[in-house]
Parts: sequence; C-alpha cells; structure tokens
Amino acid sequence: MGRATPGPGLLPHDEEAFRTALVDLIPQLRAFARTLCGDATMADDLAQDAMMKAWDARASFRVGTNMKAWTFMILRNQFYSEKRRSWRQSQLDQDAAERTLVAVDDPEAPVALDEMRLGLHMLPPEQREALILVGAGGFAYEEAAEICGCAVGTVKSRVSRARRALHAILETGVYTRDGRAAGEAMGALLADAERLSGPR
Amino acid sequence: MTGDDKLSRGRPVVGRAARNMIEQTSADERRRTHVALDEARLRQQAIGVRLRQMFDEVVNEPVPDEFLQILRDADRTSTGES
Repeated sequence: MGRATPGPGLLPHDEEAFRTALVDLIPQLRAFARTLCGDATMADDLAQDAMMKAWDARASFRVGTNMKAWTFMILRNQFYSEKRRSWRQSQLDQDAAERTLVAVDDPEAPVALDEMRLGLHMLPPEQREALILVGAGGFAYEEAAEICGCAVGTVKSRVSRARRALHAILETGVYTRDGRAAGEAMGALLADAERLSGPR
Repeated sequence: MTGDDKLSRGRPVVGRAARNMIEQTSADERRRTHVALDEARLRQQAIGVRLRQMFDEVVNEPVPDEFLQILRDADRTSTGES
C-alpha cells in the first residue's frame, strides 16, 4: 500500500512509545469519527485510515506536543478530504439521520441519545466538529482551533451557534418517526436552526 | 449622588411612586429573565451531558481487533524486510 518508511530520526524506542500511545488513542479516534460522521461502519473506516496516516507520519510528530490533538487533526482532515472526493454530504447526513429515525420508532424507547445523534447531524459539519471537540473531546478552544485550522474566535462562535441550534432542534422535537417525510422535515428544521443560530 | 449626576447618566427623573412601580416591574422582569436563563442553562447542560455520553459510549466500546491487526500488519511491512 506504499506506506512511508520510518523517518531517519525516529529511534526504535520512540517508535515503540509512539505505537503504544497511538493504540491508547484508538477509542478516542473512534468516538470522534462516530460523532463526526454518524454511521458506525463509515466511522471505523475513517478512524482506521486516520490511525494509519498517523502511523505513517510518525516521523513528523514532535515529541512533547499534544498527540491526541495531532491525531484528531489527521482524522478531521481525512474526513473532509474523503467527503470532498466521494461523499455526498447532504445525502450522507440524511441517510444517517433516517437510519436513526428508524432505530427510534418505538415511542416508548428512551430516545434522548438518539435525538441527540439526530440533532447533531442536522448541524452544519463545521459547527458539529467544533461542538464535539470542545463539548465532548475535552479540548480547549485554542486546541480545537488548531485542529480545525481556524481562529479561536471562529471556534467559539461555532460552538455557541451549535449549542443554540441543537437546543432549538431538541426543543421543537419536530421530526417524523416514520421516516417518510424525514428529509423534508429535516430540511425545514435545519433552515430554522440555521436562522435561529445566526447573528441576532 | 445629585440630580445632575442622574441626568448626566441619562436616567429619567421620575416620581417616587412611578419609580417604585418601575423598579417592581423591572424586578419581575429580572426574575423572569433569571428563571428563563436558569432553564436555558439547565437545558444546555443536559445537551452537554448527552453529547459527552454519546462520545464516551464509543470510547468505552472494546477496540475492534481490526484496528490492532492493521497496525501489526503495517509494522510488519515497515520492519519486515529484515
């Protein structure tokens, strides 16, 4: 598969430490991928790709810097480059949301997490990732900004817009449980959420 | 504080009764705003908790063997020449 050869500066000892650290980060990478793209299978593919990219690029990792942030940045870039290449974003999000809808069609089921999942996927991706990084990933705004390659202020505003939009989505709870008109309902909700979360 | 100060701060000079009424009204408004803010904060906290729950749910899953296998295979390719 044309893996990069280890860099000249990386000693076997460092390489072993890097590998251990990378293995320890796998659960985090999987969680980031899952919350970012919604679909479990696709998410694991993404997490595996990111893990391998990180392994291949191990010579360029600066020891002493935040390895979690570094791997999250790789995963995140991978997510967007794959999406640019082949994924139809709206279709993907809609599919994931509709699968979620099907999964929660028992009205008695505790739906909190599923509603959350659905709501999260109605957010624009850049708001979703900012919220995940800061709200669940344990990153400071500054670290999240570095991961997303944008200004700290941009991350802050994305997080707060995401929170407001998510709140609006979960509050209205207007989504169809039969999945039939889910696409339409979500389109309208998304527009609403975007309007509500926009500059006042 | 003199009346001039008040004027210079842009506050209208009003009678005591009117002022009391206004203060009462604004106290109600403040209380209502506080309640609304508290509710909003609680709801935001709930969203935060659920988001972390969703993330941690995956973190706590056992890592599929596939991941470790891929890494082992990559390791073998990079050191396997010897």
